[in-house]
Amino acid sequence: MNSIKLRVNGKEVTGQVEGRTLLVDFLRKDLRLTGTHVGCDTTQCGACVVHVNGEPVKACAMLAAEADGAEVATIEGQANADGSLSVVQQAFQDHHGLQCGFCTPGMVMAATALLKENPKPSEAEIREYLDGNICRCTGYHNIVKSIMAASGQDVPAMAAE
Amino acid sequence: MQNFEFVRPTSVADAVAALKGDEAQPMSGGQTLMPTMKARLAAPEILVSLTAIDEMKGVRKDGDQIWIGGGTTHATVARETAESFPALSSLAGRIGDPSVRSRGTIGGSIANNDPSACYPAGALGSGATIVTDRREIAADDFFQGMFMTALDEGEIVTAVKFPVPQRAIYQKFIQPASRFPLTAVFVAHFGDDVRVAVTGASSDGVFRWTEAEEALKGNFSADAVSGLSVSADTMISDLHGSGAYRAQLTKVMTQRAVSALA
Repeated sequence: MNSIKLRVNGKEVTGQVEGRTLLVDFLRKDLRLTGTHVGCDTTQCGACVVHVNGEPVKACAMLAAEADGAEVATIEGQANADGSLSVVQQAFQDHHGLQCGFCTPGMVMAATALLKENPKPSEAEIREYLDGNICRCTGYHNIVKSIMAASGQDVPAMAAE
Repeated sequence: MQNFEFVRPTSVADAVAALKGDEAQPMSGGQTLMPTMKARLAAPEILVSLTAIDEMKGVRKDGDQIWIGGGTTHATVARETAESFPALSSLAGRIGDPSVRSRGTIGGSIANNDPSACYPAGALGSGATIVTDRREIAADDFFQGMFMTALDEGEIVTAVKFPVPQRAIYQKFIQPASRFPLTAVFVAHFGDDVRVAVTGASSDGVFRWTEAEEALKGNFSADAVSGLSVSADTMISDLHGSGAYRAQLTKVMTQRAVSALA
């Protein structure tokens, strides 16, 4: 077993994990942070995207032991201190950026990472950035709209598809 | 995934020592190895993580070359070579997706030598030097066939040194489901020399298309390649494309690369 110590959503946590324990399993099973979803478990769908040291990472493709000493952010830590939704979360609600909601945690975390790196992305840049996030409801258009809105850009100006 | 002993050394020397263990396997970003282990196609007894070795990270000038630590992620390479080597930055910035680029590393990609990976084309096309814990190997000697390299058991890619071409480009025809290249070419122009490296196409892994190189040395234009053809015999043939299709893509992507540069 490996002893790990990391910060998750700003709080210090410790754990004992096997070598093979995935970060996503540590988050979901040990910390009971079940907002991070496992869609495919084969590193393709992006439902498990969290931030590790500020960068988007698929939590099913990283060992928990690799997160020792890291700063991890999950969907549970995205809301503002007063409980109101983050700008990205609110935009997803306002623009119907979710249908069944299963991919949403990964979409929100990916979108948040994008806007940190590129505060005013074009529609094409958003679509390209979401390459690794799959929505089985195929609700991509509203997801892209939500991210455009979260970046303060004009949503009606987007071409309908 | 079968369990293993996990070790995370902080120096190359400690990593090399840990890899002397029985059934020990190095892992860098793990974006290939983790899915492989989940599918039980790999089951090491000892997993030696290379992610905590600071001496294997970073991008810096080394004379007229660019030194990139083996443990440097694709995202970092994309960011830090944007000015100094735009073609390499563009290659790194289009590998997989953003989450893969946050974890995957240049050393891991080069050492794995997946026949459809991007970095082997960049390294071979630039004439890079692969630096390991014990020696330096020219890219021309390093890549030895599908998933085969010159690396010995337990040898680690600690860095890759790139000469910077006058002009270069990476043209990738993507396989949309996997986001690997179906076929991609890296074309680099150095003074009198031209190098063309092709990935995704051959069942021998990345290769140099030397006929095209010779033709382009005399006449750097898409027309110079139009009369050439690549044999389909050794090309990968699968449900995404036949060998003949990949042979044709090799030519078309080379022409697109040259047109974009000319």
